[in-house]
Amino acid sequence: MDDKTRLQLKKTATLIRKGIITAVASAGSGHPGGSLSIADILTYLYFVEMKIDPRNPKDPDRDRLVMSKGHCTPGLYAALAHRGFFPIEDLESFRQADSYLEGHPNMNKVPGVDMSTGSLGQGIAAAVGMALAGKLDKKDYRVYAILGDGELDEGQVWEAAMAAAHYKLDNLTAIVDYNRLQIDGDITKVMNPEPIADKFAAFGWNVISINAHDFDEIEKAVNQAKEYKGKPTAIVAHSVKGKGVSYMEDQAQWHGSAPKKEQAEQALAELDEYLKSLE
Amino acid sequence: MADKIATRVAYGNTLAEIGSNENIVVLDADLSKSTRTDLFQKKYPERHFNMGIAEGNMMAVAAGLASCGKTVFASTFAIFAAGRAYDSVRNSIGYPHLNVKIGATHAGITVGEDGASHQAIEDIALMRAIPGMTVICPADAVSTAALVKQAAEIYGPVYLRLGRLDVPVIYSSDAQFSIGKGVTLKEGNDLTIIATGYMAEPAMRAAESLKAEGIDARLIDMHTIKPIDEEIIIKAARETGAILTCEEHNIMGGLGSAVAEVIVKNHPVPMDMVGIMDVFGKSGKPADLVKMYGLTPENIVEKAKSLIGRK
Ligand SMILES: Cc1ncc(C[n+]2csc(CCOP(=O)(O)OP(=O)(O)O)c2C)c(N)n1
Ligand SMILES: [Mg+2]
Repeated sequence: MDDKTRLQLKKTATLIRKGIITAVASAGSGHPGGSLSIADILTYLYFVEMKIDPRNPKDPDRDRLVMSKGHCTPGLYAALAHRGFFPIEDLESFRQADSYLEGHPNMNKVPGVDMSTGSLGQGIAAAVGMALAGKLDKKDYRVYAILGDGELDEGQVWEAAMAAAHYKLDNLTAIVDYNRLQIDGDITKVMNPEPIADKFAAFGWNVISINAHDFDEIEKAVNQAKEYKGKPTAIVAHSVKGKGVSYMEDQAQWHGSAPKKEQAEQALAELDEYLKSLE
Repeated sequence: MADKIATRVAYGNTLAEIGSNENIVVLDADLSKSTRTDLFQKKYPERHFNMGIAEGNMMAVAAGLASCGKTVFASTFAIFAAGRAYDSVRNSIGYPHLNVKIGATHAGITVGEDGASHQAIEDIALMRAIPGMTVICPADAVSTAALVKQAAEIYGPVYLRLGRLDVPVIYSSDAQFSIGKGVTLKEGNDLTIIATGYMAEPAMRAAESLKAEGIDARLIDMHTIKPIDEEIIIKAARETGAILTCEEHNIMGGLGSAVAEVIVKNHPVPMDMVGIMDVFGKSGKPADLVKMYGLTPENIVEKAKSLIGRK
């Protein structure tokens, strides 16, 4: 990746992080932690990798992204808004009764959302279906599914993993946001899913571990997944929950609570500061 | 009606209280601070098990514990307890009639901002259709505490439908409850309003407004939906000639259907239902949503008036 692209992606990811804070602060509820941890991956996928067209969001040949950890709408919506699927100002209407920006993804209401999710464990299964349809229809679109590490507790994730390997869905890439936190705390204390990479490998997947906040590593992994034939790929993305907002980083309590006005201002100021440092 | 307290909080407090009974085991699925089983966990950590985000597994594990003689309370949001885990509840708890109490919090659209994917509007229907399942939907903290204690004492599966929102306490602390018996909150002979859960309090306000307009409504809090109190329903049909049900649930399969089944077989009278009109919910502030979906005293009053016109 050249320096110019990397710098541009860092700027875009920071704008998306600002969008996340704006959305949850306006709503007074929502999930900032797990949205901030995937902001860089969403930026790379939506701004570099995915074949998508905001003017034709239902194009049958498009690449698809399933937010299997459906609570991370602030991240998903901020990325879609900045990519041009809907006005950025609309993020301020997040979770309001008169808004289309539902708390969890709704594929019929929000342009660019490929699957309605919210019940953890099901999105990855829907992504398997999309990948299977791609094979049936001999299309060359790719399917991305973003999973939480807590979400891996659901047996359905592993049912889907087994099916994806069984049908050799090499057009499917699952990204596990490995931020090591779920609602009740440290994933290894609540319900230990380790060793995550080895589990996917044992289920017949190609597995790549990366730093979720390094664009070069993201790019390399996404490209490797595309080239790998005969198996789906799992990218285990080592991340920091709440990444980019100092007081939210690695704190379980910011999983599903919104910053108060002053806290939001501080977060936005920090992100602006970082933007400036990139200039 | 001074205090406001969520029924899920009353549930957690009651579990902590009855937890001195060493036979009680509590399971949760990564939501203990929301279901408030954390209140039990603080006192009895050795008998609280976090099963992770795996509700289907949790319910079948609860069945196994119960088969070894434990009284098990298994908790998660209603949408996942009744929905995601349905087959485990049906086949591993319901069919063998095991002693598992399902503490299902965040039921209905008053979940609010999380939106439709998290708003159980069909859970009463699902649970009511399982043979032998007791279904309880308390209106306030006082009745929740009493009914949770009774649920622990009776043998067999119980579904406890609880809410996220802080709601007014409508009962005095010495009020008496018993599973399967409705509570007459107000006498009246012009029609009967039967409410459950969250809807009991708006129904009380509706009954007051009706009274001001010269309509004397009987009001019943039907905290147990299964087994339903047939006697109180038949009596109300005979004496008031019209029945309006109010529930924070789809109008199909819930309280309204349960009451209609009794009325149709015993003493048919005009009936109507206030509830979710067979649509999914959406995100929004709970106060905005109850208006959008007609779960208000105003809508109850309107339906009550037109129902009386059909008598
Ligand atoms: C089936 C199901 N059970 C429970 C929940 C409630 N819930 C929402 S987020 C969450 C924790 C998710 O943790 P993780 O997957 O690690 O997400 P992240 O850290 O990426 O935000 C839970 C239990 C849900 N949405 N779906
Ligand atoms: Mg996590």
